[in-house]
Amino acid sequence: MDSMMSDDEVNRELLVFALGKEEYGIDILKVQEIRGYDAVTSIANSPVFIKGVINLRGNIVPIVDLRIKFGLGHVVYDQFTVVIIINVSQRTMGIVVDGVSDVMTLASDQLRSAPEFGSALDTAYILGLGTVENRMIILVDIEKLMTSADMALVEAIAA
Amino acid sequence: MTIDMSQFIAVFFDEAAEHLASLEALLLKLDVESPDPEALNAIFRAAHSIKGGAATFGFNDLTEVTHILENLLDRIRKQETQLRPEMVDAFLRAGDVLQDMLAAHRGQGEADEIAIQQITDELASLSNEDKQSVAFEGVSIEIAAGEAFDMGNLIAGLARYGRVSNIEHGDDEHPWHLTMATEQSAESIMESIAFLISPERIYIQNGLDKFNKVIVKPEDLNNSQDGAYGFFEDAAASEPTANEGYGFFTSVTTPEPTVLLEDGEGFGFFTAVAAIVPAPPPIDAPVITETLNRRSSDRIAMDKGAEKATVSDKSDSSIRVSVEKVDQLLNLVGELVITQSMLAQNALLLDPVVHEKLLSGVAQLERNTRELQESVMSIRMMPISFVFNRYPRLVRDLASKLNKQVELRMIGENTELDKGFIEKLSDPMTHLVRNSLDHGLETPEVRLAKGKPAQGNLTLKAFHQGGNIVIEVSDDGAGLNRERILSKARERGFNVNDNMPDSEVWMLIFEAGFSTAEQVTDVSGRGVGMDVVRKNIQSMGGRIEIQSMTGIGSTMSVRLPLTLAILDGMSISVSSELYIIPLTFIVESLQPRMADIKSMAGRGSVINVRGEYLPLVALYEVFNLPTEVKSFEDGIAIILEAEGQKIALFVDDLLGQHQVVVKNLETNYRRVAGVAGATIMGDGHVAFILDIAILVQMAQQITTPYLTQMAA
Repeated sequence: MDSMMSDDEVNRELLVFALGKEEYGIDILKVQEIRGYDAVTSIANSPVFIKGVINLRGNIVPIVDLRIKFGLGHVVYDQFTVVIIINVSQRTMGIVVDGVSDVMTLASDQLRSAPEFGSALDTAYILGLGTVENRMIILVDIEKLMTSADMALVEAIAA
Repeated sequence: MTIDMSQFIAVFFDEAAEHLASLEALLLKLDVESPDPEALNAIFRAAHSIKGGAATFGFNDLTEVTHILENLLDRIRKQETQLRPEMVDAFLRAGDVLQDMLAAHRGQGEADEIAIQQITDELASLSNEDKQSVAFEGVSIEIAAGEAFDMGNLIAGLARYGRVSNIEHGDDEHPWHLTMATEQSAESIMESIAFLISPERIYIQNGLDKFNKVIVKPEDLNNSQDGAYGFFEDAAASEPTANEGYGFFTSVTTPEPTVLLEDGEGFGFFTAVAAIVPAPPPIDAPVITETLNRRSSDRIAMDKGAEKATVSDKSDSSIRVSVEKVDQLLNLVGELVITQSMLAQNALLLDPVVHEKLLSGVAQLERNTRELQESVMSIRMMPISFVFNRYPRLVRDLASKLNKQVELRMIGENTELDKGFIEKLSDPMTHLVRNSLDHGLETPEVRLAKGKPAQGNLTLKAFHQGGNIVIEVSDDGAGLNRERILSKARERGFNVNDNMPDSEVWMLIFEAGFSTAEQVTDVSGRGVGMDVVRKNIQSMGGRIEIQSMTGIGSTMSVRLPLTLAILDGMSISVSSELYIIPLTFIVESLQPRMADIKSMAGRGSVINVRGEYLPLVALYEVFNLPTEVKSFEDGIAIILEAEGQKIALFVDDLLGQHQVVVKNLETNYRRVAGVAGATIMGDGHVAFILDIAILVQMAQQITTPYLTQMAA
């Protein structure tokens, strides 16, 4: 085996998904599975981007529509709508995106730090920008994003 | 290859903790005047088992304390010493010290060296007080060649029994020769070092006037692990008739000359075998012979050798399983229930005539699943005595510390509740008990002055009520002081007034930083306890209530749901959503008539149910859902009762009754107001379980303009 592959400081394996015209990448080790959009049980009095919860083989998993959260893409639910099930901070949750494009490896020299503007995401959640051929991939710290206060997915930690 | 010892050590810790617990329980029950010999034996066995385990794993400090404890216990059970109350106290404290030491070995905290020293000294002095035994001088111990052993451990072990004066190398056959001064009999030395070296290699020779030497060839020992005891037992088994006197030992020696006896004197039975008139028997002899005789005649498991059998009997009747495994099993059964109900639902669509067999199979499956679920649930259920058992000790200690006379009564100790609760319950319960003792009950003088008996009563009571388990801590003490609580609350800046109902005043004591004790004692009064109590109880999904009357006493009731995992629920629909209401909260359901619904001055609507006016809450308003129900007469009002309050919940329709598996929403999400949890319905969809207690509270805060409009 190539020992370089295991060193994630040098090479990052990413799952790349699309939100509108932008392409985002998340650490593939955080991804549990990719599935279609199922009937969701909506949660009363919750923000609109929290679609509700689904039954994932006996686990109750909340579903967040990142398209609504960031105002990107067309919010339609059909047989092509994709949900990425991720594992962050011992929790399982699903994110609805426009589509999953590919899995790629990004070397550290392909990575640039993000400028202070230009994306729907707060730069605090962006690890950097990756360039692959003509595409720009926004590298998201999905763990930080999903556990952040404005996602309202996790109970605020009591002081 | 090395064996991973850590797992065995963990087992030892668990077992030692159990032995300590049983030791304490037995001590507390012990009648000092006329102790039950069986109980004394059991206490001794517990101490001995701890010692054995500790020695095996090399916890020398534990061995040391248990050894002294065991010595004294041994003398008591052999009726060489009269049991006295201060001994029971000392034993209890020794138990505490051992517990600390165990915890220290587990890496939790540190053992208090001074306390250890104190208790060993105290036990030793109690043990020596009326001991009239003669110190044997110059016991010599020879160890035969064989496997290597740890000399340091051996000497440390022997040092507990006396002074090791001389260690020298002997011949090839017996390379080690030790001399020591001791008061102990050869038997007990043998026994103590048998943990370190296999017993057949040890030769103990008492130099003073007795000469004990047993040579047993290893191959004659059917079970060398049992040491010196093994072959006695076998002998007894093979010769059950040889009961008279010392006869059966002869039967061992005669056909098997491998058991050699040298120099006839010493332990009575060996002398007898050698057919020499016994010398005046040494003090140990009668006891041992007696035990051995008893064993051979009726084989009562009384002595240490037989104790192993007793212990293993016990462990056969239960197995130790990690909670994780049980929970996994529970989850799987939960899944099975969901699948089963899915099958049942689909089966309803089939033609009952054509699919008769399939349908009866489905019905059978439902019964089996339910039974399976119940048995799996019962694995997690434990009697509340696991919590209650610690209180006799606590109350006893506290009462003497506070100079109060208390009689503790426990009712319903066998009431079962979820194991998860048992663990979480003990802390808040301890607080409540301490509080009752310290603040509730008065001193005997005060009680007598008030015309009450000097001895106060503290009652712990557990029982089932509806879907709840109720645990009450009640005392017949002074009761809560309304004035003092109110003035303290004002001092602390709480929003209070004199017209508050008693129940609200009492709840003030659960506020953080609230303590009305005039003096902070080391028992209670720092005001950190009660708010933690409430928090703990609430985190278990329970509630706490207080009833109190000045001068008569107070009762704290803790209400907990029976179980965490499965509940009977009613499914209801509101617009397109489906919710589950726990059946235990439902009083009745009815179709409202417009004439029964009245609006109340812009605060919402009430419904008249047989003369009783109940607030009417529409679920679609609470959850902000669109509604298709245009009139109250199209829907259903469900009368719910929570925390002593009734409300009428207005929903679109009742769907059916289910048994649902409660899933925690907070595992992957967060708490949702009005929702207690989620469940998976037969079709695989998620449905939320309503939190009725919260809904009742929410209902009181929501103004319902739409409802008022509809009622008008």
